[in-house]
Amino acid sequence: MYLELRNVDKAFGDFQAVSDVSLAVREGELVALLGPSGSGKTTLLRIIAGLERPDRGQVLIGGTDVAGIGVQYRQIGFVFQHYALFRHMTVAQNVGFGLRVRKPRPSAAAIAAKVHELLHLVQMEGMEHRYPTQLSGGQRQRVALARALAIEPRVLLLDEPFGALDAQVRKELRRWLRRLHDETGITGVFVTHDQEEALEVADRVVVMNTGRIEQVGTPEEIYDEPATPFVYQFLGNVNRLPCRIDRGQATLAGLTLPVPEFSGLSDAPGIAFVRPHDLDLAVGDGDGIPVTVRHVVLMGPSVRIETVDAAGQTLEVEMSRAHWNALALGPGTRARATPRQMRVFPGEA
Amino acid sequence: MRRAVVAPTTEPALVQWGLTLAALGFVGIFLVLPLGTVFAEALAHGPAAYLRAVSDPDALAAMRLTLITAAIAVPLNLVFGVAASWAIAKFDFRGKSVLISLIDLPFSVSPVVSGLIFVLLFGLQGWFGPWLAAHDIKLIFAVPGIVLATVFVTFPFVARELIPLMQEQGSEEEEAALVLGASGRQIFLLVTLPNIRWGLLYGVLLCNARAMGEFGAVSVVSGHIRGLTNTMPLQVEILYNEYQFVAAFAVASLLAGLALVTLAAKTLLEHRFAATRAAAGKD
Repeated sequence: MYLELRNVDKAFGDFQAVSDVSLAVREGELVALLGPSGSGKTTLLRIIAGLERPDRGQVLIGGTDVAGIGVQYRQIGFVFQHYALFRHMTVAQNVGFGLRVRKPRPSAAAIAAKVHELLHLVQMEGMEHRYPTQLSGGQRQRVALARALAIEPRVLLLDEPFGALDAQVRKELRRWLRRLHDETGITGVFVTHDQEEALEVADRVVVMNTGRIEQVGTPEEIYDEPATPFVYQFLGNVNRLPCRIDRGQATLAGLTLPVPEFSGLSDAPGIAFVRPHDLDLAVGDGDGIPVTVRHVVLMGPSVRIETVDAAGQTLEVEMSRAHWNALALGPGTRARATPRQMRVFPGEA
Repeated sequence: MRRAVVAPTTEPALVQWGLTLAALGFVGIFLVLPLGTVFAEALAHGPAAYLRAVSDPDALAAMRLTLITAAIAVPLNLVFGVAASWAIAKFDFRGKSVLISLIDLPFSVSPVVSGLIFVLLFGLQGWFGPWLAAHDIKLIFAVPGIVLATVFVTFPFVARELIPLMQEQGSEEEEAALVLGASGRQIFLLVTLPNIRWGLLYGVLLCNARAMGEFGAVSVVSGHIRGLTNTMPLQVEILYNEYQFVAAFAVASLLAGLALVTLAAKTLLEHRFAATRAAAGKD
């Protein structure tokens, strides 16, 4: 493992920002720390960089504990959320800063060559003499990235790299970051609260909540097999249905499904999670939750149908337009909602 | 029917003119007129009398003392101001609010009281007076006392200017420099100092103007010994009390000239300052 965290704790006063986090990142991997604000992801990133000192636990880079190594000697690339470009320096001076302060200092020509190469990499040639204020948000982001890459970092850390950009630029930069990562093969960790971003860009996603890791996995694993109710709700839309769990069976209105993992529970409350696109609608008799169609929204090629069950709870269903048209349903009609995939967790709704 | 196009924020001409005249009149009576009087009185008996007054040995001694005092007080408060604002803006520690209040203390205490504090501490009857006398160290009614009092009075200028500026800038740029491998010295010289340079210069300028013009505190600790412990403001007072109006106003005109230079420099700096801050942007 190239970058490793072992049982890391960090508190700010009474606030436990990070508790008992262990994580391993392979060389060349791009990992996303995903979670809501206050989940400890930025603190974790700052601990890796050395900008915060963990109360307990270890950080290892390349197999070495870095506790005794000062921030400036860790050779880490850090891209700050608001870029933190040096406002009184030009683009070229910003990118060259890490080389300029190095001992022994490389020659001016060597620095200039490296700066040129990096600006080419981030597609910012011809902007050498601009000041940060003369750049757009996306351009600043790329300068910040070039500046971080200049010191040939062993690990690249990015704090909400696209947080301050508008939707169109975000999308472009996201793809561009992925491509850059594939070209340079650098080990990277980035923080985001945007699930789409994490799923699209990262090799592996670490979902965090209240300072703890909820789940670690590939984007597919995280999305298709959420390990906890939190992950289910945090990633994508999901319907929550109250149910009863009794000796390996979960019962909800019109449906029973086997839950062998909870065979120890008898008549306990539970919640069934099902994604809108894992629900289908059918007419006539059979298994399924009886619902009434209330509202239909066309979203390009797909349709989102809002339905209500007998208890008055809203259930969202998503399907293709062709399928919806074949069903010949409309607002006010009755149907059965049949889940293709569903996951039950014990607990009160 | 035609209607005059009037911008919604425009006041009637009468109000505009009235306000402008009132402001100009006020400035004229309270600022321009006194300043003009200083120069007019100084030159009342011609340039020769003016030059004689300015080159009087006591006047020259006063100028020398004023310059020496400023030359010691300003660098001291420059170092202290940068250190204090750095600590306050970039770190969290216990007693931070106490430190901020303490920095403001010289502003809220009357300068005469400040001078008295030093007399009570270091004067012959003061707390440390006997010890100082026993070791033949003379602070009060001597140059060191004047410098001490001036340092105290001009204490807040640099820090007050820098604290809000540095707080607004935060420490992200310093952190970025640190991660990029810069040492503490490099961070200060290459990142922090360039970011605060105009604010720092501005603070130093104000500090210098006050150091040279300070009267109250210095008056108490100086003892008014001609040619030895008189600064320029004190010299002006003595000459005036002795009805040497030309000489008094001649020395005063030098101080007034200094004020004008400071004002010009300040305006220039504010201009540069605003320009760089606009260029630096606040995102």
